[in-house]
Amino acid sequence: MAEIAERTGSFLEGFDAFLRSAASRSPERLQAMRRSAIDRLASTGFPSKRDEEWKYTNISPVLERVFAPVITSQGNGVARRDVDRFTFGAVAWHTLVFIDGHFSRELSTLHPLHDGVIIGSLAETIDRQFEAIEPYLARVTPHDTDAFTALNTAFLRDGGFVFVPDAVAIESPVHLLYVATGGTGAHMVHPRNLIVARENSAVTVVESFVRISDGVCFTNPVTEIVMGPHASVEHYKLQDESPDAYHVGSIHSRQGRDSVYTSICVSLGAALSRHNIVSTLDGKGAECTLNGLFTATGTRHVDVHTTIDHLQPNCSSREVYKGILDGRSHGVFNGKIIVRPDAQKSDARQTNKNLLLDGRARINTKPQLEIFANDVKCTHGATVGRLEAESLFYMRSRGIGEQTARAILTKAFASEIVDFIKPDPIRAHLDSVLHEQIEHMGEAMIPGGA
Amino acid sequence: MLKIRGLRASVGGKEILKGVDMAVNAGEVHAIMGPNGSGKSTLAHVLAGREGYVVTGGEVVYEGKNLLELAPELRAREGVFLAFQYPVEIPGVSNTYFLKASLNEIRKHRGLEELDAVDFLSLVRQKLKIVDIDQDLLNRPVNAGFSGGEKKRNEIFQMAVLEPRLAILDETDSGLDIDALRTIAGGVNKLRSSDKAIMVVTHYQRLLHYIVPDFVHVLLDGRIVKSGGKELALELEEKGYDWVQEEVGAQSR
Ligand SMILES: Nc1ncnc2c1ncn2[C@@H]1O[C@H](COP(=O)(O)OP(=O)(O)O)[C@@H](O)[C@H]1O
Ligand SMILES: [Mg+2]
Repeated sequence: MAEIAERTGSFLEGFDAFLRSAASRSPERLQAMRRSAIDRLASTGFPSKRDEEWKYTNISPVLERVFAPVITSQGNGVARRDVDRFTFGAVAWHTLVFIDGHFSRELSTLHPLHDGVIIGSLAETIDRQFEAIEPYLARVTPHDTDAFTALNTAFLRDGGFVFVPDAVAIESPVHLLYVATGGTGAHMVHPRNLIVARENSAVTVVESFVRISDGVCFTNPVTEIVMGPHASVEHYKLQDESPDAYHVGSIHSRQGRDSVYTSICVSLGAALSRHNIVSTLDGKGAECTLNGLFTATGTRHVDVHTTIDHLQPNCSSREVYKGILDGRSHGVFNGKIIVRPDAQKSDARQTNKNLLLDGRARINTKPQLEIFANDVKCTHGATVGRLEAESLFYMRSRGIGEQTARAILTKAFASEIVDFIKPDPIRAHLDSVLHEQIEHMGEAMIPGGA
Repeated sequence: MLKIRGLRASVGGKEILKGVDMAVNAGEVHAIMGPNGSGKSTLAHVLAGREGYVVTGGEVVYEGKNLLELAPELRAREGVFLAFQYPVEIPGVSNTYFLKASLNEIRKHRGLEELDAVDFLSLVRQKLKIVDIDQDLLNRPVNAGFSGGEKKRNEIFQMAVLEPRLAILDETDSGLDIDALRTIAGGVNKLRSSDKAIMVVTHYQRLLHYIVPDFVHVLLDGRIVKSGGKELALELEEKGYDWVQEEVGAQSR
């Protein structure tokens, strides 16, 4: 028991206060969900490195700290101009701004919507029309999925809610912008996003996690994506948090027949970040693409765990993840592909390529295939490399300095993923953020072995 | 312009250059010929500053400077250019981006203003004609998926844009059909001038019909064993390298 207590950190303490504060506005079903989530957490605790799924990621730094929940939003004096630089200049987009986890209507930009479409704050929707949410909430991601999902569910309150009815295509992307002010002391936020794309609908959703100033915080988001037949969802997640931040989040999608889901997850910031991306192909002919890029410098740690679960026949999945690791940073990539007995004619391809810019940087990469059907195509490959000496010399022989040559080659490595991004504003933004980050990589370099 | 004295160099612990001497003046074209494995590319790489090629003796003075002390990029900025025997593919970096970055580094070094996109493009258009290179190649990643001939053209195209003072062409003729060879040689000839020098490294004399050298040197087993005028190339074509080998052997006996 002592061990479990150790591995629940200080998270249970703030819960009662949170539950009381939320009680007046919350339906009983939601309160019950929160209670059972905290019970599950209290009984099982957080994973340790003995847990296979957490073998290479030590979450003790998160458990050892005390993070205060941000129960009500004071807005923290954030003005529109403070958040403008995070909106990619995309004024036509539906932008929902969350300050330290709480929706801010004043800072958000909401455009007129098609009949039946809902784009708004989860908290507001819970208060006004819980029945719109209830059929979907915590269905793709039940609270007992894992400890961090339980934690998120226990503190579930705000986030983005996107509902697209049958046969509606939302033209402008929906941007869920999570801004950490860095000014509230060590705090935690548990954003919960719910995206429902009904039959034949289409939508692009962008989640970004950014900070106005550096500071210690723990971000624990969960995104659920429910897709009907022939629906199409393009989903982007961009994590660029403070170097003192901790980020442990999940994205769970469940797809209907012939639906198309594209996920691009880019992780650039935080001291420690972990992304669980679970994609369930639960309808014949569904397609999913999970692409992503992670970078880390200094002593930072980044971990991407993806699971693609082929439940039904004739589905295809494509996955390309790239990692760039500098300094003494540590990366983890685990790509699980499950092909269930019924999922004949599944076609799955997975690639993970990693670039180590410093002899001290490390990566643990592992494909994990669990195939229970016999008529399937499944390929995977992982590489770990350094910048090519030949390419560096070629560039230098044309007058390009060594540091610049390294930066150009590193950016070129990342460009395959950046080029997957369809909306120009995100691509341009990412280009410049990456440029800035990569320019400083390898500065205190220790050359690696051969 | 370039003075090489007693240059010795080893690769992977093995001595390849065993005392090379030669002098190149502005306006001259020197051919360096020799059988495969004689050390021609090694010499070219040592001059360009490739890592892993360890100079164990001798000196190289370029425009009054100790060339061997300079980082590869500084040599390039000072006007040394190596057209690679095997040009490197760089996926993800467009040819235009690469060349503009190179040119601007060199211009900065020479105290010239950097070119903006517009000026750069008009310069490129002008230079494209010199080597008759397909404009589409410019927007593709550097050498990625280029045919052998396209890679060689691209090297000479880069040379045309960067305007080096000393160009070293390493087997630029290998793998080219006769038309491509003519075009490339024509391009190189257009870049000849009284203030520039060219070293043409080859093991066939074929290219030397089109780029006529002022001097021909024979490199054998890491040493220049014979030098002469352009007629030496013809003699080599007729009699082969064995002839030089025997002659040199006879002299040293
Ligand atoms: N990286 C290397 N490591 C070891 N030996 C090498 C390397 N590069 C070239 N050599 C050797 O050096 C010798 C000269 O090679 P090279 O300069 O390429 O000759 P050439 O260009 O005249 O054909 C050859 O014996 C070759 O095998
Ligand atoms: Mg050679």
